[in-house]
Amino acid sequence: MDYLKAKGRIFDIQRYSIHDGPGIRTIVFLKGCPLRCRWCCNPEGQNYKVEYMRVNGEMKQYGEDITVEELLPKLICDEFYFRRSGGGVTLSGGECLTQPDFAPHILHACKDLGYNTAIETTGFSTWENIEKYLPYLDYVLQDIKHINSQKHKEFCGVENEIILKNAYRFAQSGVDLTIRVPVIPGFNNTPEEIADIAAFAASLPNVKNLHLLPYHRLGEGKYEGLGREYLLHGIEPMDKNYMNSLLDVAKKSGLQCQIGG
Amino acid sequence: MKKYNTQNIQKTDRIAKLLDDLFAKMPEIESDRAVLLTESYMQTEDKPIVMRRALAFSHILHNIPITIRDNELIVGSSTKAPRSCQVYPEFSFEWLEGELDTVATREADPFYVSEETKSELRRIFPYWKGRTTSELATAYMAEPAKTAIDHNMFTPGNYFYNGVGHFTVKYDEVINCGLNSIIARIQEKLDALPVSDPDYSQKHEFYEAAIISCNAVIDYSKRYAELAMEMANNCTDSIRKRELMCIAKNCARVPQYPADDFYEACQSFWFIQQLIQLESSGHSISPGRFDQYMYPLYKKGIYDGTLTREFAQELLDCIWIKFNDLNKCRDAASAEGFAGYSLFQNLCAGGQTKEGKDAVNDLSFLCIGASMHTLLPAPSFSVRIWNGTPNEFMIKCAELTRTGIGLPAYYNDEIIIPSLMSRGVTLEDARNYSIIGCVEPQSPGKTHGWHDAAFFNMLRPLELVFSNGYDNDVKVGLETGDISSFTTFEDFVAAYKKQSDYQVSLLVNANNAIDVAHGERCPLPFVACLVDDCIEVGKTMEQGGAHYNFTGPQGFGIANVTDALYAIKTLVYDQKKYTLEDFKEAMNLNFGHGLTEKFAKRSTEAVVKTLIQEGRDIDENIIAEIYKMLLEGVCTNEQKEKFKLLHNDIDSVPKYGNDIEEIDLMARDVAYIYTKEMEKYKNPRGGMFQAGLYPVSANVPLGEQTGATPDGRYANTPIADGVGPRGGYDVLGPTAAANSVAKLDHSVASNGTLYNQKFHPSALSGVAGLQKFVSYIRAFFDQKGMHMQFNVVDRDTLLDAQKHPEKYKSLVVRVAGYSALFTTLSRSLQDDIIARTEQTF
Repeated sequence: MDYLKAKGRIFDIQRYSIHDGPGIRTIVFLKGCPLRCRWCCNPEGQNYKVEYMRVNGEMKQYGEDITVEELLPKLICDEFYFRRSGGGVTLSGGECLTQPDFAPHILHACKDLGYNTAIETTGFSTWENIEKYLPYLDYVLQDIKHINSQKHKEFCGVENEIILKNAYRFAQSGVDLTIRVPVIPGFNNTPEEIADIAAFAASLPNVKNLHLLPYHRLGEGKYEGLGREYLLHGIEPMDKNYMNSLLDVAKKSGLQCQIGG
Repeated sequence: MKKYNTQNIQKTDRIAKLLDDLFAKMPEIESDRAVLLTESYMQTEDKPIVMRRALAFSHILHNIPITIRDNELIVGSSTKAPRSCQVYPEFSFEWLEGELDTVATREADPFYVSEETKSELRRIFPYWKGRTTSELATAYMAEPAKTAIDHNMFTPGNYFYNGVGHFTVKYDEVINCGLNSIIARIQEKLDALPVSDPDYSQKHEFYEAAIISCNAVIDYSKRYAELAMEMANNCTDSIRKRELMCIAKNCARVPQYPADDFYEACQSFWFIQQLIQLESSGHSISPGRFDQYMYPLYKKGIYDGTLTREFAQELLDCIWIKFNDLNKCRDAASAEGFAGYSLFQNLCAGGQTKEGKDAVNDLSFLCIGASMHTLLPAPSFSVRIWNGTPNEFMIKCAELTRTGIGLPAYYNDEIIIPSLMSRGVTLEDARNYSIIGCVEPQSPGKTHGWHDAAFFNMLRPLELVFSNGYDNDVKVGLETGDISSFTTFEDFVAAYKKQSDYQVSLLVNANNAIDVAHGERCPLPFVACLVDDCIEVGKTMEQGGAHYNFTGPQGFGIANVTDALYAIKTLVYDQKKYTLEDFKEAMNLNFGHGLTEKFAKRSTEAVVKTLIQEGRDIDENIIAEIYKMLLEGVCTNEQKEKFKLLHNDIDSVPKYGNDIEEIDLMARDVAYIYTKEMEKYKNPRGGMFQAGLYPVSANVPLGEQTGATPDGRYANTPIADGVGPRGGYDVLGPTAAANSVAKLDHSVASNGTLYNQKFHPSALSGVAGLQKFVSYIRAFFDQKGMHMQFNVVDRDTLLDAQKHPEKYKSLVVRVAGYSALFTTLSRSLQDDIIARTEQTF
């Protein structure tokens, strides 16, 4: 089948993103995720099924089936910016690894156009699946949320063994890999937990960068809009000084570390 | 080794002190120039006008008080007090006469006036009755044009009340050859002029007047040499004494002789820059390609070891401060349109040489450094960008942008050069362009561009379509038929075009009348010595002596007209959900929305006045009730409901600024209605009209004169800024908005376009942030965008500045084509700046 005809489900496209990979980028959000992280700021992307969320008092549909061919014009319109900045397209979600019959074809089309390609991923998938993406992939931003598998399961709904394993395989594959850590109060924001994650990241071959992403509440309103309960209600974001102290901890791993993407 | 020295230089204490002194007091109006001018005019009534101008200029320069301020290295002040202004009654004076007692307390750009100055001015004003350019212009204007102006269809107020300005002179010739050589050239022309030449009288008078003017400038510089020497003699501080002696030496030599070194070049430049602005009140006297013509002496000094980068930087900083020492008082209405005490002295760096090579040099970087050090609104600092502009130059520019000062403005050579060539400018002259005033490109030293000739409100003809040519029961447009007669969308657009074309023809009439009046009453013999081909042809610029002549009136409101037309097309003609009558009714009643506080107040006063005239009894309760009604809207609940539905539907129709091909192409056509019509016309100096697309800051006050419009805009509220989308309606971020803007045909708007954006500082954080920001500009320019400028300041800062203006005295924001001190802007303009979509990343 012509890969341009491949169809999948997305729920948003965000242009002029400058914090998710090199240069100026467009992010395509794919629907569906095997994880259920309590802090997730895109809960409308978790279920594969089409959903409705109340935004500013109006019900809005999330989830649209689209072919690669139909998607392309929405990416090409910012080609001037990609070219000038060395940027391109990032697939995010949801979890883009859940749509292996669609997502790799988007990346393929983007490579044909000469764009830089990236994915933001949990890394939770079979390696056979991930291998479909690799030929068209320049850059991977993978989350490592916790080293303790039980705690990972408690807060994210799945254990972390496969995630850690895939991080290692990504690192070995030669693709440019950056590790990201959403720093969540009450989950992984102690110096020890951050140090563990950083040590793991530093142990991966070829990995140089670690990003700490401080918890924010921007997703809270969405849970209400979806009629779901927000499990982290009442949790305050950390102050700047505390985040900086965690940054110092992370830096001890020898990686280049930064706050934010 | 790196190609350029990009290292930042520390700001000196001198610069900090000069900055403090600059803002120590409120700007003041001084009367010396007006008094001297009047004295001279009274004694020269029997002479030709160009000679009278020269004699008056000479009389002023020989007698106006001069001053050297503490710590100055570059001298030449037009007023005793810093940041103050002189008066130019030969252009107009009635407004100042009327506003003398209120100018100190008005909202936009207040000036202090001493009682003594007031009485001096009141003494001389009567002489000027009937003698001003503005009165002559009025006499020359066709009646329908005057009516259109009265009804705010367009406003040619800039040159109607003031000098014309808007040019760049040959600073390089003065610096490199000296005024003596220019005088010698004029003398040669004079000697060679046959008495039988048909234009002998005109040319002969002009040449003599030109020589008198140049000599007056030389004498003025000598006065400074004497003053500096006198001050040096009395100075006990040995360092300052040496500085003053150096100033005395410089002023004794330049601008009479060629500058010997970079310091003299700076002083020579400044005298010319200052005195052009004393000859006439015309603003936008733009230094142009400063980094190019100042470079040879900079390079020489650095190479032979007589100049350090540090001292060169300090001298530039001093000049930058001097730009802000000059000021201009405008009438209250114009002050709102040009808010921020700006003189629009536009200084340009980068770009290409005449040969098409990259022009960036070390001095280009020092220019950025001077703006960084002074963080002042002047000079309006522009950078020319082309495909070969070095990245390190753009990064340094982006660092300046990041300070939030709104500078520099970025211009695209790749579109401006062909655009100028399409207007008959040669390739070399086009490559040598610089920016005038806000955003207007011209070939420096040989153009009288009459840029900024008028504001044309593109929404007003749309209102006339709905009213069949009437505004408040007065016929100001054409009768294009009742709206019920427009059976297709094309009919409607054709009516809009007819109304717009007619107003354009009236604008041309008004501009040309003003043009002739300036030629007859205020030719400028000094400036003529510094612009080609005036000496060659023996005429001032005002009389058509410049090599290139244009008139450039600027239209604004593209986003509103586009959104309005698209809403009408969608809701009336495609979906047939509403009729044009529905729109008309809703617009007449402001979508049931009531008036702004300011207009509710104004209308209440009018209603009360009428009621009193009718002999009704009015008490406070009734007044309060009328006010409340006007504020809340005068219509039934049923109407309100209906209008609300319509307004919601209008809002949900897609808008310009979101990279939607169909709408963006409509915007392109809307712009053509104005720009292409304008090219058909000629001015009395033998040049063509060329349109610009930018509002300076007039989109706010002229928006106040505009009723509700079919794009859903409420009555008396601001119109969209520049060529950008309407604030808050560009929802897909900066790339989508820029793509929409890039789809306009910028080259047809050869008088300049303006695209203002507001960015949060986080967008430019770190080296990577700067690089992405630079890429963003490059990518807009790849798509043939013409201009881009940025306000980088967060919303909270601006809100706090409104609450505590005293803490933000020096907060500079980009208004529109220029930067201004935020706290000096009117409240509504401040609100508008805050409301502009904040582009975050």
